[in-house]
Amino acid sequence: MQILISTFSQGLIWTILALGVFITFRILNFADMTSEGSLTLGGSICAILITNGVNPFISLLISGMAASVAGLVTGILHTKLKIQPILSGILTMIALYSINIRIMGKANLSLLGKSTVFSRLENGVPFLKENFTLSTFIIGLITCIISILILNLFFKTQLGLAIRATGDNEQMMRAQGGNTDFKKILALMISNLLCGIAGALIAQSQGYSDVNMGTGAIVIALASIVIGEAFIKLIESKNKILKSLICVALGSICYRMIIFFVLNLGMNPSDLKLFTAFITAVLLGVPHIKKITTKGVNRNAAIK
Amino acid sequence: MLQLNNICKKFNKNSSDEKLIFENLNLHIKKGEFVVIVGGNGAGKSTLMNLISGSIFPDNGDIFIDGQNITNLQENKRAKFIGRVFQDPLKGSAPNLTVEENLSLALLRDKKRGLAFGVHKNKRALLKNGLKNFNLGLENRLNAKMGLLSGGQRQAVTLLMATLVKPKILLLDEHTAALDPKSSEKILELTEKITSDEHITTLMITHNLDDAIRLGNRLIMLNKGKIQFDVSGDDKRSLLNSNLSDMFKI
Repeated sequence: MQILISTFSQGLIWTILALGVFITFRILNFADMTSEGSLTLGGSICAILITNGVNPFISLLISGMAASVAGLVTGILHTKLKIQPILSGILTMIALYSINIRIMGKANLSLLGKSTVFSRLENGVPFLKENFTLSTFIIGLITCIISILILNLFFKTQLGLAIRATGDNEQMMRAQGGNTDFKKILALMISNLLCGIAGALIAQSQGYSDVNMGTGAIVIALASIVIGEAFIKLIESKNKILKSLICVALGSICYRMIIFFVLNLGMNPSDLKLFTAFITAVLLGVPHIKKITTKGVNRNAAIK
Repeated sequence: MLQLNNICKKFNKNSSDEKLIFENLNLHIKKGEFVVIVGGNGAGKSTLMNLISGSIFPDNGDIFIDGQNITNLQENKRAKFIGRVFQDPLKGSAPNLTVEENLSLALLRDKKRGLAFGVHKNKRALLKNGLKNFNLGLENRLNAKMGLLSGGQRQAVTLLMATLVKPKILLLDEHTAALDPKSSEKILELTEKITSDEHITTLMITHNLDDAIRLGNRLIMLNKGKIQFDVSGDDKRSLLNSNLSDMFKI
């Protein structure tokens, strides 16, 4: 039971990252590799702040804001210097590798025995005494709910709607008097803000920050998003944005469960990235495969 | 109203593919005029539209709208007073947003988009009314995804989006070319109705000479970047298809 809750909580914490990637990948239609760097940036900044005695909750926010600057850089590279989206993200991500080592002073930083948001909760609330799993669950759930609610509201505002339209049809947005460069930059900043907060939470929950903690993170987020999309048809709601955000969370939790089971079945942990890449590729390809096969069926039917 | 003074535009400057489109083009359009632009491929019709809308900038010359020099104004800034409908029905609207969301964005064309709610119930009646005038049954499909509508329906909504906030000038770049004859007829009818009801200054490119003769109160024929022919008023009304076809052969 304890282990199931722990898996579930991991899913909740990683949802924050998946939500960030969802904004760029699905809403803005921008494959943003910055996320991997800003996840680590969030972790590094949070770790160095906490080891220097800063309040862990405040560290979370500062980490998020720093990561949103990374999004700003990617945005400027893309919109002002006209570098392709994927390359802009890669450039920022690579630059962040060096920056993260500079921030931490070394490749990894332990938070053992330091005050984190989780330990604060454990020690502050009587019935959570020494129960790390449950406090992770509570923190994860609260951050998830807050993020989803805020994003849901934001994407219904005029500005949020304009960002969605920019991702959907940039030319239309410009013809309607929208500054699409600004909207892309803003969306990248919000996305990376979430990635940074996710990184900070992950570092605090695992008890250390490591310069390689972001490697493969984007694939995990993508896996969560595509797994989540399988739930979309199951939820009856007119609120499409809220529905897709909740599905991202479900996808992230589902992904953790899948990982938990395959590890229990004896999969080598170092094969996880291969496995994740494989399911993501398959799920991303499903709509196209379906199209090909139904076309084939129709053609056969026509011949008959 | 709209003035283009000594416009020069070359593509692929300083290369072997250099192509001169306009050399000292002058064009003045009065308020409320509906100008139809015809001309062969490569005559510079679309370049003209793109220069006015700000998708491209002239090498030389000035563009004025209502006395304001907009030559160096960015595309999205001048979009606040320029309405556009593209040839491709897919280009004018966001397919994954609903009809209502698309129209709501268009309602904000001349305003800053802030943190107020994007779709407003108070505005719904206004949008429904706009769609109702079209007689396409679209007023009941406000919550449908734009991508689910047909090409003709999408073009109709785009036309409404371009005119919801009354533009100083409306640019129609072969906006019926990709539609079937029936939808095309419908869109032209709506174009005529909206532009005359609201007295919108309009520039329309078309390859259909019948439409060119039937619509508008001024006709301009472009040939190799020059205005070959420019008629308005009674001369335009008495113009025949055969006259125009002959002009094309020159």
